[in-house]
Amino acid sequence: MNAFVILAGRDLRLALRQSGDSLIVVAFFAIATVLFPFGVGPEAAVLARIAVGVVWVTALLAALLSLDRIFAMDFEDGTLDQLVLSGHPLPLVVLAKVAAHWLTTGVPLILLSPILAVTMRLPAAGYGTLILALVLGTPTVSLIGAVGAALVLGTRRGGVLLSLLVLPLYVPVLIFGTAAVEAAIIGRPTEPMLMVLGGLALLALTLSPWAAGAALRQAVE
Amino acid sequence: MIDDQFVPAAFTGEDLACHRGGRLVFAGLDFEVSPGNALVLRGANGSGKTTLLRLMASLARPATGTLFWGGAVVDDPEAHARRLRFVGHLDAIKLAQTVAENLVFWRALWCGPANEKIVGEAMGALGMAHLADFPVRHLSAGQRHRLALARVIAAPAPLWLLDEPGNALDEKSLAALSQMITVHRARGGMVIFASHGAAFVNDSETLDLGQFAATHVSHWSDDL
Repeated sequence: MNAFVILAGRDLRLALRQSGDSLIVVAFFAIATVLFPFGVGPEAAVLARIAVGVVWVTALLAALLSLDRIFAMDFEDGTLDQLVLSGHPLPLVVLAKVAAHWLTTGVPLILLSPILAVTMRLPAAGYGTLILALVLGTPTVSLIGAVGAALVLGTRRGGVLLSLLVLPLYVPVLIFGTAAVEAAIIGRPTEPMLMVLGGLALLALTLSPWAAGAALRQAVE
Repeated sequence: MIDDQFVPAAFTGEDLACHRGGRLVFAGLDFEVSPGNALVLRGANGSGKTTLLRLMASLARPATGTLFWGGAVVDDPEAHARRLRFVGHLDAIKLAQTVAENLVFWRALWCGPANEKIVGEAMGALGMAHLADFPVRHLSAGQRHRLALARVIAAPAPLWLLDEPGNALDEKSLAALSQMITVHRARGGMVIFASHGAAFVNDSETLDLGQFAATHVSHWSDDL
């Protein structure tokens, strides 16, 4: 547990000192979302219909941009070797790095999403659920992403491969994340969808640290 | 200053072989290091010095053969990792942090609570005390390598695995390296390192990897 705090703390401090990386992700999220009103026209009814999907998809793509940051820099500068030799279980190392990644990308995306939803004319009833769904869904995004990021270490053009590996796995999060907000907008119960999102997060939490840990051990070999 | 984790024991390997890129790098390799001793790995470029060091660190798995620590088979990479410090070609330091921050982090991760005194001693041993609050970004390659070596002192462990530790070091730093290895051995520590010129270590044993090279058939085809 102590190692978790030490490791996550260092990643957070490094991310703050090199805050440009996080800002790029947030800026991408904002710009990509704002492109849609230009593309489909400013008509409120059209925008409102696609708002949830657009916010979710651009959030996923923005998160994807940041995934290689979880391990790639540590792999290149030799830190990963030393982390594998830290004597701590690798799943714990993975969890600490995923926690830092979520705090530096997932949380900013969540905070920005209501503002972008306004530009997409999201109906007022959807905002609370949108934030809740993102809070439940983004940890899964970071956890699944960590497995992909660990698997592509050392490959050429790993970023492209990473998106091919990871994006299909985000489909369940996308389906239930958007379904929850749409249910809220038409006044139906949102709990079932939110519970599925929570369940997906728990499933990712129990499986991905071990999968990513095994991939990291493979990567240093 | 000796931690609970500092329990040296004989470190041996038997019949080790390793593949890399589909090629057998070495085979039938045995080695033995007992507490207080140093082992120098020698051999031409590509003879597998780095591969062997990573294998000793359990970063890589041997194709055949077994490692023993105090007579017991090394089968738990995590437990084995706690007994050793590995310094490879990559310095594993973060450019955005200061010298002291880098050291304190590894000390804390490897040995629990950060100990200001021992971190200070580690920087002093490699002549970096005056650079403590200096960002690593502005250090030279040699200074960065010294920082990687200081980390080994800041977090004591009985076995040091150093991959060409003399690289990029000036004469004064080589003397410091020699001194830190002497101190480490005096308290029972073991050092295994790859080197092309081992002038900085006294009475060490040497393992020539050339004699285990599996791909070179010439040395026995001569007899045919």
